[in-house]
Amino acid sequence: MTALESNTTAAGSGPVERHRPTASATSTSTPTPTPTPTPTPTPTPVADIPARRRRSTRSRVGSLIWYVAVIVLSIITIAPLVWTLSTSLKPATEILAGALNLIPADPTIENYLTVFEDVPFARYFVNSLILGIGGAITNVFFGGLGGYALAKLRFRGRSGVFALFLASLMIPSIVTMIPTFLILRGFPLFGGNDVLGQGGLGLLNTYAAVIVPGAAGAFAVFFMKQFFETMPDELGEAARIDGASEFRIFAQIYFPLAKAGMAVLAILSFQAGWNNFLWPLIVLNNPDMMTVQVGLSSFVNNYETAFGPLMAGTVVASLPVLLIFIVAQRYIIEGVAHVGGK
Amino acid sequence: MSVQPVASGTLPSGALPADVVGSPGAAGGPPRRGSGSGGRRPAHPTARQMRWNAWAFLAVPLALFAVFMLLPIVMAAVISFTDYAIVGDSEWVGLENYTRIFQDAFFWIALRNTAYYTLLYVPLGLVVALGAALLLNRSRRAVRLFRTLFYIPVVSSTVATATIWYWLLNPQKGLLNVALGWFGIDGPAWLYDSQWAMPAIVLMSVWAGFGVNMIIFLGGLQGVPGDLYEASRLDGANAWQQFRYVTLPSLSRTTFLVTTLLIIGAFQVFDQAYVLTKGGPGNSTVTMVYYIYNKGFGALEMGYASALSFVLFLIILIFSLANARLSNPSGDAGERRSRRLARKAVSAR
Repeated sequence: MTALESNTTAAGSGPVERHRPTASATSTSTPTPTPTPTPTPTPTPVADIPARRRRSTRSRVGSLIWYVAVIVLSIITIAPLVWTLSTSLKPATEILAGALNLIPADPTIENYLTVFEDVPFARYFVNSLILGIGGAITNVFFGGLGGYALAKLRFRGRSGVFALFLASLMIPSIVTMIPTFLILRGFPLFGGNDVLGQGGLGLLNTYAAVIVPGAAGAFAVFFMKQFFETMPDELGEAARIDGASEFRIFAQIYFPLAKAGMAVLAILSFQAGWNNFLWPLIVLNNPDMMTVQVGLSSFVNNYETAFGPLMAGTVVASLPVLLIFIVAQRYIIEGVAHVGGK
Repeated sequence: MSVQPVASGTLPSGALPADVVGSPGAAGGPPRRGSGSGGRRPAHPTARQMRWNAWAFLAVPLALFAVFMLLPIVMAAVISFTDYAIVGDSEWVGLENYTRIFQDAFFWIALRNTAYYTLLYVPLGLVVALGAALLLNRSRRAVRLFRTLFYIPVVSSTVATATIWYWLLNPQKGLLNVALGWFGIDGPAWLYDSQWAMPAIVLMSVWAGFGVNMIIFLGGLQGVPGDLYEASRLDGANAWQQFRYVTLPSLSRTTFLVTTLLIIGAFQVFDQAYVLTKGGPGNSTVTMVYYIYNKGFGALEMGYASALSFVLFLIILIFSLANARLSNPSGDAGERRSRRLARKAVSAR
């Protein structure tokens, strides 16, 4: 499919490139250079047409090499995914026959039924959704507020707070994992705990155990700060003179302007929450609380050679994030570039 | 630069509130100047109000930061000097955990495996990401399609990609060995072979992760001034020389960022090893985080695991600093400082 699409684009760009030299040739008759949309490579004198032809064949060869390289790389990236989807739709006998046909000879949804019947995958799915959406909402709200304060409000200690957040990004999460587990377990008055945090399981095995520690991640604050900094200070100052409260300035002036940034952060937070593995593995032991990722990983152990159900589980586990990515891919990629560029 | 589409997307909608606020602000033009310089009287209450609001806005992030970042770090430091194990009494053991690490054969195995992974993964991840970015750094319509395709593996979780590769790397029926068979190559047993298990995990990780760094590199490439290429072309530089003397130096900041991210990520590799091999075969894929996880939450030796995690932190810190030295950040800091000064000058006005 990809090869087909790129072939048509290649064919489509062909005539355009051939057309361009003629356009510049006509422009030589007029004294002023016509504003061509794309910069033409070095204006060739009319005399050495062979040189130009040579260059155009060379550029066509270069173009061909480019397409070959890009398509090979695409196949390497996409083939495993296509093969996963195809395996998930094949009956066990066809998979074990070892045939490499991408289109199942005898397509079946049996594997998907196995996944949902043998394990409470629907329940895992809901759990992951709650954790992903919860993480997205809290990170956008608190990250937005914190990032806004660091970007647009002036107060002593601002750079110190920012440095603190930034420095924490350097600390490997494994360092804080054991104490955080203990803090959640000893959280006072929750999960059968007394005021001193003794006696029960605290927040372990609750959604809060995953959502709360990451509710205002340093990354979210950092991301939103960068985003708010691109907006002019004058908007807030004008409203401040008119007597608007700081929260109103945030909520009514800057918040609506930051929608695009918040959408990107929401998507990235959802993805991170959905894909998170190690932390839910540690704090959610109750089978009813397991996430899709944890469920899938135990699947790998229990269904070692049942590749059909395994691949079906993988497809289900990837579907939400893939769908979001397909819809919002432009914004996600630009958001990543935005953070990386800082 | 690459921000532009996002920013331009907001601007049309942003134009509305700006105008709405701007029109009373037009009348407030002179007073605005008054609040800045001459208005010492009104500046005090607003400054105080702003300070209060700033701390109020930051209250939740800071509270969470204190409870789930600062407190855990302190606790981890304390626990690492005890033999805490959740159940039973714990005792202060001083530096015993730290001295024990150096005699722990498993620690050295885990460290060696992690170092091996890092040594393979960082250069490979860097080269693949930069190569893909260079390929896509041109103005063709097809670029956007391929950019999206290359990014897709990034979106899936490591567990999902690991599961995919678990099937892909199957010695008999897996896609990889079957494809190698077409060329007459008898593929290894990959995850079942202690020689090949780690390279297989590296391969999988590069495949799954190069898209992010490719995007970061693309952003960096767009920042390379076009006239540098033109000048070098006039000087007769070939493609390789342009890459070596124009592209690479201009990308030093981006390369530094990407290598740092790769190093930090590589030393913390866990998911793949947990899902694919459980540390096997023959302990060849026991990584540092995997070992710490096993000690802390498997054997419940939380004191020892905490000490291990600090050692890992120290190792990451050393490598990150070494990388910063190697990447010649002096020009970097200077550039950042000048940019900060410029920003200050603008905001002062």
